[in-house]
Amino acid sequence: MKSLEELAAIRDRMKDKVVLREGNGQIRVVVGMATCGIAAGARPVLNAFVEGVSKENLSDKVTVSQTGCIGVCQFEPVVEVFEAGKEKVTYIKMTPEKAAEVIEKHLKGGNVITEYTIGNAIS
Amino acid sequence: MVRAQVMVCGGTGCTASGSQKLIPEFEKELKNYELEDEIKIVPTGCFGLCERGPVVIIYPDGTFYSHVKPEDVHEIVEEHLFKGRPVDRLVYKDVSEEEAKTIQEEVGRSVSLNDTNFYKIQKRVALRNCGVINPESIDEYIAMDGYAALGKVLTEMTPEDVIKCISDSGLRGRGGGGFPTGRKWSFTAANKADQKYVVCNADEGDPGAFMDRSVLEGDPHCIVEAMTICGYATGATEGYIYVRAEYPIAVKRLNIAIAQAKEYGLLGKNIFGSGFDFDLHIRLGAGAFVCGEETALMTSIEGNRGEPRPRPPYPAVKGLFAKPTTENNVETFANIPQIILKGADWFASMGTERSKGTKVFALGGKITNTGLVEIPMGTTLREIIEDIGGGVPNGKKFKAAQTGGPSGGCIPASLIDTEIDYDNLTAIGCMMGSGGLIVMDEDNCMVDIAKFFLDFTVDESCGKCSPCRIGTMRMKEILEKITSGNGTLEDIDKLEELAKYVKENSLCGLGQTAPNPVLATLKFFRDEYIAHVVDKKCPAGVCKALLNYTIDPEKCKGCTKCARNCPVGAITGKVKEPHVIDTAKCIKCGACISNCNFGAISKG
Repeated sequence: MKSLEELAAIRDRMKDKVVLREGNGQIRVVVGMATCGIAAGARPVLNAFVEGVSKENLSDKVTVSQTGCIGVCQFEPVVEVFEAGKEKVTYIKMTPEKAAEVIEKHLKGGNVITEYTIGNAIS
Repeated sequence: MVRAQVMVCGGTGCTASGSQKLIPEFEKELKNYELEDEIKIVPTGCFGLCERGPVVIIYPDGTFYSHVKPEDVHEIVEEHLFKGRPVDRLVYKDVSEEEAKTIQEEVGRSVSLNDTNFYKIQKRVALRNCGVINPESIDEYIAMDGYAALGKVLTEMTPEDVIKCISDSGLRGRGGGGFPTGRKWSFTAANKADQKYVVCNADEGDPGAFMDRSVLEGDPHCIVEAMTICGYATGATEGYIYVRAEYPIAVKRLNIAIAQAKEYGLLGKNIFGSGFDFDLHIRLGAGAFVCGEETALMTSIEGNRGEPRPRPPYPAVKGLFAKPTTENNVETFANIPQIILKGADWFASMGTERSKGTKVFALGGKITNTGLVEIPMGTTLREIIEDIGGGVPNGKKFKAAQTGGPSGGCIPASLIDTEIDYDNLTAIGCMMGSGGLIVMDEDNCMVDIAKFFLDFTVDESCGKCSPCRIGTMRMKEILEKITSGNGTLEDIDKLEELAKYVKENSLCGLGQTAPNPVLATLKFFRDEYIAHVVDKKCPAGVCKALLNYTIDPEKCKGCTKCARNCPVGAITGKVKEPHVIDTAKCIKCGACISNCNFGAISKG
């Protein structure tokens, strides 16, 4: 290595691998991964979030994690979005395609996709 | 794509409690659940809470599992990593149920390590990468901005800039002396010579101290980087790390780090194309305490018997191989890259007026959370012991904290609100020391503690100068006389006088500080010394010669249990009749007390 550019290149390449450990993302995306969630297809949804967040360089801001049964099994796969100072958003019946949309509009754009939320389904 | 990481502590504490057996177990279980591509296992350095080892942390949530056994791994993988439900029985949390619930509702995760009282008050600068990166991966170190400080120094700063930055930060030597680091570097820089050296003192010898070991094990590259920066600032092209041979994991990781840095061209010729060359070597210490003293350490590196020599000339003028040398402690170096990257002002914003930054302490003794903590200077002893350390266990009363090991003093309970920094500790007749912090409760005898440390220094005195060689021995003999019940008030005076003499007249730091434990205990706990010589009692019930075990005939039911458990047959008596202890035979082991169901036996 002879230059700062090379050092920066290694840092950028590795950053994704360690960013998980900083755990200071302002937004937390939590995918329900209980038996009901997995049966309904939560795994591809989780993977879609993990890959999408990394691809869109949102890793500094967004932490993707999993949880157990959220309690509304008929609506699985369920994804909750936590953001400091804001109301929790619960998305239901998620798919990898919807996940991509949530990343684009909600996580990047800051606009909740109301039609996918649990509030919309109940009302 | 990796979505979660399992950090398994590979520090000495957790390795000893079996953490390395967990790694193959995790590998096997992750494979069973076909999670091996999604979840990565990362061996790390010390997390700090050694008491709870083996420790495993799972990111991104930072779930902190303690006392993990190989048989728990299956459950962690199935429940937490597969189904998303943290295994509650293994999660370490020292917060209330209510707080845990709030965290769950507002942040959407279970309690993480950063929520615990143990971590909350800490401020990690020197330990910032310990437990966070794989210490055997240079790439992970670079990902955490590793070697960026070296890059900045070599491409943007002059050696004078570097020294000014370190001076302005207010960093002082963390080995115990507290000498301003920037000034130390400027002395070496000012001396012209064909060859200069940088030396890292990793000869951590205080009983109970393991700060430096943890840095070397958890973040070896930061020492390599900092020494290279020091080399550039002072005009040195070669460095030596003098590390104890008793630290095999640290030595192994340092060797790996140096090899990786050489491979990447971060050590060697023409680093970053700047024309600056720097090379590093490791020397293993054979375990002599005196080799932690800088001149003895250098003598040992030169291949001679580790003995100190008089100063001046100071190492900055005539150090290793008679060349100008800068010698700093591991923790001092660990702060350097951060100061360069974040600036002197950032560092100076932490701490007290004359002690900037943070200090790492190895918490040990009578404390709930034995482990490694890093706190901003100015944190009170009470916060360290009660909040971070979780207090004294078993409902016992805090008596004193011993700082600085055999060279240090003690802080009594009455001064528990002292803000920890160099000057405050010196003002109360104590010292910062390298960072060992041993907590003592009412069951510790302060005379016995002083004797313990003197035993150590008598063993470790190199013998070169007579105040230390003979003086410490005589002091130890007086302490033995006092603890065996044969002391007089004159002995206490003689001990104090001798302590002062040894302190003033010894050649090096070892002898100059060896009397400190005696002087500090005499200052704060003189009444205990007096109880030993006048009343012939040991108030804490430690000094065996002053103890007598007796059975209260009123309370004794004659169950014979004590007699059956006495290893020397000193207890006699008939069934259902009060028993008696033969004091001539009694070895004062205490087996009878712990076996008596009626509280009939007492010592005093």
